[in-house]
Amino acid sequence: MEKVVGVLQKYGCAKENLIQIMLELQKLSGNNCLPKDWVAKVAETLELPLSKVYGVITFYSMFHTEPTGKYFIEVCKSGPCHIAGAENVLHMLEKELGIKPGETTPDGCFTLTKSSCFGACDIAPAIKIGEKVFGNLTKDKLKEIISSCREGL
Amino acid sequence: MDMINLKIDGLDVSVSKGTTILEAAKELKIDIPTLCYIKKLNEVGSCRVCVVEIEGKRGLQPACVTNVSEGMVVSTANKTVRETRKNILELILANHNRECLSCPRNLKCELQKLCNEAGVDNVYYEKKALRSPVSASLSIVRDPGKCVLCGRCISVCANVQNVGVIDFAYRGPQTAVTTPYEQNLSENSCINCGQCIEICPVGALQEKDDTDKVWSAIDNPGLHVVVQVAPAVRVALGEEFGMPVGSNVEGKMVSALKRLGFDKVFDTDFSADLTIMEEGTELLDRINNGGKLPLITSCSPGWIKFCEHNYQDFLDNLSSCKSPQQMFGAVAKSYYAKRADIDPAKIFVVSVMPCTAKKFEAVRDEMQVNGYREVDAVITTRELAKMIKLSGMDFTKLPDGTFDGILGESTGAAVIFGATGGVMEAALRTVADILTGKDLQDIDYKEVRGLEGTREATVEINGMEIKLAIVNGTGNAAKLLDKIRAGEANYHFIEVMACRGGCINGGGQPIILDKSKTEEVRQRRAEGLYGIDRSKEIRKSHQNPEIKELYADFFEKPGSHKVHEHLHTHYVKR
Amino acid sequence: MEDIKILSARFGKIKPDSVEEYINAGGYEGLKKAVTMQQEEIIEEMKKSNLYGRGGAAYPTGIKWEQAYAVKKDPKYLVCNADEGEPGTFKDKRILAEDPLLLIEGMTIGAYIMGAKEGYIYIRGEYSAIQRIVKSAIENAKKAGYLGTNILGKGFDFDLHVVSGAGAYVCGENTALVESLEGKQGRPRQKPPYVKNCGLFQMPTILNNVETYSCIPCIVNVGGERYSSFGTEFSGGTKLLCLSGNVVNRGVYEIPYGLTIREIIYNLGGGVKDGKKLKFVHLGGSSGSCLPESLLDTRICYDDLKKNGLSLGSGAVLVVDDSNCVVDYLKAVMEFFEEESCGKCTPCREGNQRLLELLEKLSQGRGTLADIEKMKSIAQTMKMTSFCGLGQSAPTALVTLLKYFENEFIEHTAGKCANGKCSMNSKGVN
Repeated sequence: MEKVVGVLQKYGCAKENLIQIMLELQKLSGNNCLPKDWVAKVAETLELPLSKVYGVITFYSMFHTEPTGKYFIEVCKSGPCHIAGAENVLHMLEKELGIKPGETTPDGCFTLTKSSCFGACDIAPAIKIGEKVFGNLTKDKLKEIISSCREGL
Repeated sequence: MDMINLKIDGLDVSVSKGTTILEAAKELKIDIPTLCYIKKLNEVGSCRVCVVEIEGKRGLQPACVTNVSEGMVVSTANKTVRETRKNILELILANHNRECLSCPRNLKCELQKLCNEAGVDNVYYEKKALRSPVSASLSIVRDPGKCVLCGRCISVCANVQNVGVIDFAYRGPQTAVTTPYEQNLSENSCINCGQCIEICPVGALQEKDDTDKVWSAIDNPGLHVVVQVAPAVRVALGEEFGMPVGSNVEGKMVSALKRLGFDKVFDTDFSADLTIMEEGTELLDRINNGGKLPLITSCSPGWIKFCEHNYQDFLDNLSSCKSPQQMFGAVAKSYYAKRADIDPAKIFVVSVMPCTAKKFEAVRDEMQVNGYREVDAVITTRELAKMIKLSGMDFTKLPDGTFDGILGESTGAAVIFGATGGVMEAALRTVADILTGKDLQDIDYKEVRGLEGTREATVEINGMEIKLAIVNGTGNAAKLLDKIRAGEANYHFIEVMACRGGCINGGGQPIILDKSKTEEVRQRRAEGLYGIDRSKEIRKSHQNPEIKELYADFFEKPGSHKVHEHLHTHYVKR
Repeated sequence: MEDIKILSARFGKIKPDSVEEYINAGGYEGLKKAVTMQQEEIIEEMKKSNLYGRGGAAYPTGIKWEQAYAVKKDPKYLVCNADEGEPGTFKDKRILAEDPLLLIEGMTIGAYIMGAKEGYIYIRGEYSAIQRIVKSAIENAKKAGYLGTNILGKGFDFDLHVVSGAGAYVCGENTALVESLEGKQGRPRQKPPYVKNCGLFQMPTILNNVETYSCIPCIVNVGGERYSSFGTEFSGGTKLLCLSGNVVNRGVYEIPYGLTIREIIYNLGGGVKDGKKLKFVHLGGSSGSCLPESLLDTRICYDDLKKNGLSLGSGAVLVVDDSNCVVDYLKAVMEFFEEESCGKCTPCREGNQRLLELLEKLSQGRGTLADIEKMKSIAQTMKMTSFCGLGQSAPTALVTLLKYFENEFIEHTAGKCANGKCSMNSKGVN
């Protein structure tokens, strides 16, 4: 909870900074999610109804209310990636990781999701793992990326 | 004032600047259909049902939030508008749980009415969005599968009631009106007022139906089932049977209840008089003996829960009197049981209330007398109507019945409890007589009547100045308490009703299908109550013969030890 | 073809957050000149420049700023829309990552004109690494006296803040962006009031796209007329285009207005990849129109595009070759809009779901001719009645593809997908 208070103070406990506060807290959470008690604390401090705060964190796709895997893999499924074979990339990842989009591997290592365009259309098909973007993907390249993630555990 | 001239459907109209197309059309008796719109409360322009065509403008514009401008030419029902509106309704309907036949809002549903009128004859689509399952608290049932996402309940909850336990969450097909983390309404600071039910255009919000409990009690020969009816019910129940708004159907209602099989039909008005005896005494005691002031009324369970969550520093200001509903139960299972020589364990008390929060109040831990639940089942005005319909009675043709003694006599003071300001006025009638030692004749305290959200008055009785405030709607209550906290206002006595207008507009009252008539309906229902008051021979609580008998026989005097055991309570921080 | 580089001149050539390198490469000349000019004079130059908003709506920026300047209410806020989320668009990313000081300079000129003391750059959350570069550039500009108090010793103050989005395409819409800046859900506001009168914190707000602000220093520097002459008679200056899809050389290109789409794809882009044939071009992102081969000679210029029912939108040029199926492609497009709809208004929230449902039916071989008619009808309703631009433009791709490739849709009703992309069974590939 100290972390929460710290971040709240950094942003002057101002309502308009709710999204910035939540982004930072999610980063600090260690498992890429917003714990319920943190959210409640933020709502209380900013004097916002919890329903309003919950509305915000469920509206934006980057917020998670449940922990995600260490590697959060987003497969772009928008037009440019679609015609470059995003569907295949997704199938390869599903097979490689043994999970469907929206799921996390039992070891908590990977979460697989489909995402909207993140502006890597010049290197489509592309995926994003955390902040890092990987493009021009082929089967071999994907395998390599996944195994280097596994090694990095 | 600046006037704007425009043409709607070929007709000229001149309206003041800042008027919406919707309002301007009303001047011409053109009714543009709306769904999400509630004047001054939910002007969001999101459902797009009210779209109209404006010459020279691209696309169609929502009439509810588009202001008129000089020379504007509007079509509200041309081919494009008709087809588009039909499409929009069809889109709403596609994601709506269309179990109309089994829906409590069947024939009282705004969406159903709109679709009928627009000629939606076929819902083309297959898939439905995944929505959360039905969830029920003690008072309120939410059915997200029927929700049309108009946001009206959100506005009422947050902006009128200051409660704010529901809001929009998620987006796209997942968009939902929900509580944080989809928690049940009983797990948060919902006050059970049911104003969300009243404002909901469809059946996504309903009261928790308790009629089964009542039927099985009636059917149980081992039980002595008594029923009490709150003041506001008798001026609203008739609406469910097509009678004019505000009709007093007390007599027919009593007959109906007797035919339904209740062993005794009693009146909450009786215990409202009892409440005045206790609360009036409490007020004088606090004023004279340096007690905590202002004294705040405690009849409205929605308000009590609101206070327990949000204004805990005012808990000692709340009157320790139980509400009339609970006082009735306490008396029924003690005094009445004794007088009628019935084992209180065998007495089953049913309440008919204009209120959904009463369902919660009845199961509060404190609400017991000698180890018995004071009230065993609470149904709303709407649920009673349902029971009457199910029994096949022709309600409008029933003869007038009369309440049973010894808990059936009441005064004009009691019946006005159902309208905002009524408790205050009833208390003043009794307090004034006590202070002057006279039987005063001038008892219409018009200064405390009215439907405004917040009213203030000062009355002088026998040299004593009493500062009063009356608020209705917990949002207004919050504002008033904030002022008191800030030292900007102070009073001796405050009446708070959780719902706007008081119990006549409670969350259990008949649904007003045409929301633009809400104010008018409140007014008429209130007039109904004041009309009953005027017609009563006895209009002061302390003159109720059955109340006198009750004290003489059982309680001794107001504020006695026995009274405290039976009729007073305490509050908890939540 | 004159090779004019206004926006991309420094891409990859300087350390992006270095004020010194920026100045050595010609930076801050615009601001220095601007502070010697009257506010009205600069606006006059902007009007002469024929600069149209580069975010997609293409409103003349000079006129927009003139109106904003006329609003007498303080404080005014300057906001930059860097929520680049339109699929196929990745140009603002380049400015933000490779020459953020250009944007900052443009906004500082804007602040000088408007008398704004605070500015916000709303950058999409997905660009978190780039946010750090911009923040660093802001810090450095402050240190060097180009931001903060008493800028260039001229006695005007302006502070800039980077605010992060959190994943919502709709926040690219002006009023939704303002809502998000205030920490709320990105649900658009009813207009009017417009943001220029009543925007951020209910105050007058000047809101422009990254690329639009980045054009300002050059306009001030070379003058509106000269800037305008880089483009066509009606569309001044240069434009960053994002070339993607089945084309040899994908990437961001700065072009003068007036090039044809064909020139862009074949000269700059090197033509369709793997020797395939072009099927259609999706112009302006997923919310833009699709055009067939026959319209390739249309010039990139607002007027010419408009005549052909097209718009440049954000500058995305997505090339789609003839191995693709229109139904399959549209499914991806509509899936995007379904997910990104804010859920506020009926036509967008429900319409996108229904269009996708009917497309899925078609791709499973269960579609009917009536379904195609229904799609047209929903599309029309969405276009006419949606609350904001997202819903209004969401069906554009569908409408234009239906216009040019209706036969392919009809084939699907007979259970045939010539390109073999659709599963034609109800289990589907998904």
